[in-house]
Amino acid sequence: MSTPFPTSPIAAPAERSAPARAPAKPAAPRVPLMAQPRVQRVVYPLLVGLVLIALWQGLVTAMELPPYLVPSPLLMLKTLFTDWAALGGSLWVTVKITVLAFAVATVAGVLISFLFVQSKRIETALFPYAVLLQVTPIVAVAPLIIIWVKDPTASMVICAALVALFPIISNTTLGLRSVEPDLQSYFKLNRATRMQTLLRLRIPSALPYFFGGLRISSGLALIGAVVAEFVAGTGGQGAGLAYQILQAGFQLNIPRMFAALLLISLTGVALFALMAWLTRAALGSWHASENSHD
Amino acid sequence: MTPPADSPPLAHATAAPARTPRPTPAVQVLSAEKTYPNGTQALLPVDLTIEEGEFVTLLGPSGCGKSTLLKMVAGLLEPTDGRLQLWHKPVAQLEESGKKMAFVFQSPTLMPWASVQTNVRLPLDLAGVPRQEADGRVSEALALVGLSKFANALPRALSGGMQMRVSIARGLVTQPDLLLMDEPFGALDEITRHKLDADLLDLWRKKKLTVIFVTHSIHEAVFLSSRVVMMAARPGRVVEEFRIDAPYPRTADFMVSPEFSRYAKQLQDSLLRASADTEETAA
Repeated sequence: MSTPFPTSPIAAPAERSAPARAPAKPAAPRVPLMAQPRVQRVVYPLLVGLVLIALWQGLVTAMELPPYLVPSPLLMLKTLFTDWAALGGSLWVTVKITVLAFAVATVAGVLISFLFVQSKRIETALFPYAVLLQVTPIVAVAPLIIIWVKDPTASMVICAALVALFPIISNTTLGLRSVEPDLQSYFKLNRATRMQTLLRLRIPSALPYFFGGLRISSGLALIGAVVAEFVAGTGGQGAGLAYQILQAGFQLNIPRMFAALLLISLTGVALFALMAWLTRAALGSWHASENSHD
Repeated sequence: MTPPADSPPLAHATAAPARTPRPTPAVQVLSAEKTYPNGTQALLPVDLTIEEGEFVTLLGPSGCGKSTLLKMVAGLLEPTDGRLQLWHKPVAQLEESGKKMAFVFQSPTLMPWASVQTNVRLPLDLAGVPRQEADGRVSEALALVGLSKFANALPRALSGGMQMRVSIARGLVTQPDLLLMDEPFGALDEITRHKLDADLLDLWRKKKLTVIFVTHSIHEAVFLSSRVVMMAARPGRVVEEFRIDAPYPRTADFMVSPEFSRYAKQLQDSLLRASADTEETAA
């Protein structure tokens, strides 16, 4: 339960045009429900989860572990309901900061990428600073931002956006540059304008890379939001889930800590699923990386 | 054309006979050469005139500069020295002559995110042709290559041969006068390739195109061309020219005729001589 979202493979999408073609499907023969990959993809991880939770519950009960060390899954769920008044509000705060930061990072990242691809010189001059931004730990910078920016929500959004920015910049820039050379020649032969080439060729070619960046960044935005809350939350402002975890820690209210942790993880999973769905909706019909379900 | 001084006497090359008088040269290559900044000679100076309505094949092994020559005709590469003219105009000013050129690449180079129809419409969209007129011409072009039924399919749903047809339809949709093809069927299986070769000849005759076709297949060259320009590698150069005087339409029967074998043999011998030269100079 430590990573709030499954680590996704780094952006580079699979090769562009897959050799595999979708054959005309014959009338689908009846496949038993459990043999369908679609069902397996849900059922198998679910089974593992259930087994682990049962094991956890069993161990806690059998070893009579006290709830202030390891609460049982049942107790955690119970706490989630009894403390929902506090936790639900915090969830909303964290989700709000994450989504805002993600949106800011996406818009800023795309704009910066467009700037980068205008000329190799601009990219060469500025790229090291994008890297600098990425490698500087946000925990170290967050206090400064929180001091400088008065509004607590805004300051946390900035922190989280800084964390989420880099993958979008690097992926989108790579994507905008990854145009099939012959296709680019074709546009040149037809005397396409810069704008036509951008809209009809560069942007569509960049989409698979861009969505790869989004998937990574959505998780990073959540991490950034939680980190920012940890730093800012000690001041008692904007009670996000991280603040709940801190408070619960001080009070040795371990079940509530677990409940808050569960909510963060679920948020991360939901974000990732949303991005996966968005990618499929945007590229599903044509891009090789999204056609494995055939 | 002027052969390089060191090439063997043109014993086999038929001097251009007084064919139907067609004085309009579509393409003139005037001592165009290509040397890369690192000193590699991709193409020694070439002189070549292609008349309107000819089907000329550039034939040679890889590295002979045939694609380089084609790309110079298209204006995708600039010659290091010499000039190229299309209908007496520099390549970049082709529009002034009211003529059009289309280029078909080795791979289909389609936009994978766009339907067949949108792919074929691309050159018209880029030129700002009104949508309704463009759609009409797209349907015509798709009908020409026999893909009307697949207008709304995505490229990945089509076979390699069909994708190549889409690419050709995209070339034809602008109603070009000059069609440049860079080993367009090289990646296809032989059966598909024969079919597309035959279809291409039909289109060439029907549309009265001028075609420059790059290939490394002797059989394809003999089957298609009215003239074959033989090239050799290291350095890339033109060595000989052959007229293929077999009458059109050419059918599968032509491919098994003694005449066909004779032409193929001639080209084969020429290729061997050219590569023998290369080995001598390399030694």
